[in-house]
Amino acid sequence: MNVNLSEFDQRCLDGKEGSAAASAMRVIVRLAETMEATELLDVTSAHIDSCLYHGPAVLDFAKWLDDQGAKVRIPTTLNVSSLDLIHPDLYRGDKDWGTQARLLMDCYVRMGCKPTWTCAPYQLEERPKLGEQVAWAESNAIVFANSVLGARTHRYGDFIDICAAICGRAPAAGLHLDKNRRGDILFRVHELNDSLMDRDVFYPVLGHFLGKHARNGIPVIQGLPDGVSEDRLKALGAAAASSGSVGMFHAVGSTPEASTTEEAFLGFEPTEVIEVTPEKIVSARNELSTISASKIGAVSLGTPHYSVQEIKKLFELFGSESVDPGVNFYVSTGRDVLTEASLRGYVQPLEDAGVIFVTDTCTYITPIMESVTLPVMTDSAKWAYYAPGNLGVQVIFGAVEDCVASGISGDLCIDNNIWFDG
Amino acid sequence: MIFLVNGKANGEVLKLDEPLSFWGGVDPQTGEITDLRHPQGGMSVKGKILMMPFGRGSSSGSSVIAEGIRSGSGPAGIIMMEADEIIALGAIAADEIYGKAMPLIVVEKTEYETYSTGDQIAISDDGITLI
Repeated sequence: MNVNLSEFDQRCLDGKEGSAAASAMRVIVRLAETMEATELLDVTSAHIDSCLYHGPAVLDFAKWLDDQGAKVRIPTTLNVSSLDLIHPDLYRGDKDWGTQARLLMDCYVRMGCKPTWTCAPYQLEERPKLGEQVAWAESNAIVFANSVLGARTHRYGDFIDICAAICGRAPAAGLHLDKNRRGDILFRVHELNDSLMDRDVFYPVLGHFLGKHARNGIPVIQGLPDGVSEDRLKALGAAAASSGSVGMFHAVGSTPEASTTEEAFLGFEPTEVIEVTPEKIVSARNELSTISASKIGAVSLGTPHYSVQEIKKLFELFGSESVDPGVNFYVSTGRDVLTEASLRGYVQPLEDAGVIFVTDTCTYITPIMESVTLPVMTDSAKWAYYAPGNLGVQVIFGAVEDCVASGISGDLCIDNNIWFDG
Repeated sequence: MIFLVNGKANGEVLKLDEPLSFWGGVDPQTGEITDLRHPQGGMSVKGKILMMPFGRGSSSGSSVIAEGIRSGSGPAGIIMMEADEIIALGAIAADEIYGKAMPLIVVEKTEYETYSTGDQIAISDDGITLI
């Protein structure tokens, strides 16, 4: 299929906007062909996932563009990298790997991207508005942008993110278009007690369940309380984008393109209806742990990056208690959020209590955690999903309340009653 | 049949029971499937014609695909039932910077069901042939 190029697209392709724009445009057009797009469209911002070091290929690609003098044309934020530049001593990995990772980071900054180093760019002050076309990579950011902000990005991988940023263009296909944003599977939440739905921990579990069943579709969730918070929708989306390929969901009464179930389906019938029952939710929760144990060796929170509100909650949960000396307690967050949380007085007391803040990166993508033989506890379904494969650790999933209680005592403390009681 | 990325490959089919996130799921330096929750966890994708119905998971999958093509430990080709941009991007990037083309093909369900793990197949511009 041929993509109809605008005059600007053709100028880029012909090298009249510089050789970097020509290279970037060639990648965009090739991707547009695979998406069966008939044209490209303007995007107003980009979020780059390609800045995380996975080996020489990612650096070769960045250098290929940087050496041609590439500069981004639209506001562009950067995802997590492999290093914590604020707390560099936390990195325990191979020195050479760290050096290459730093070169990669420098490349993207040189191309004009903002050194935000966060997987939660939606927590920054400037974020896209309803209907705005953007090119975001990072699966949790994609699902948040589409679902919660109502901005429009396709489920982009690495490489295209920087190319879209250099040209300000992306394929007019996929989730950029109205017709591809309607829900397909209806998830009916019922028989679940209101007190469980009022807990943060319910949302990542629901997301994990959704991702497994919706696969690469657009789930519509009916039966949640109205106005579910952004942090909860964040956890839900991140989980669904890990267990499945969900790039967008609708939560009726909470997300902007789903004020009613009918709106979420654009008047069409669901292709399938799945009942979300208490038994299924408990079973989804159980899948997130790889082991049961009586003691834990570490806690990792903040995947995706913790928000100011979440750090505040942590501060309140700790009170005057401290982390048990046998436990390493990590919280990953963005540097901007850490600054704001510090100004509000939450960070210092938590650090004094033994909490280790990790910025610019995340504990499951780079060697930061001290090696532990005991299981690691997390409140993140995404972390629970990926960390066992990435780090070779056993994981126990729990509510943030459970994580804090366990972190303080060193013994596993999980309040199971919330899952079963009325 | 649609070629998302053109290329030639010969190899043994590894048909996955479930979609795999390449990031967090495959070690690009060895080809091992490290996602232990995956039914094919512990097996290797190196040199295989990998079959999976559709994509899953992290955006960083593109980088892992590209790195596998560079290191030579990735799959020799990938056959899917639905196009996946994250996988396509990894293959496009490696083709652009290294000139190494790993074929990525989308086929109809009936053809997808024709092949099973252990089959030796060849991918060329003409399509897929059982050897």
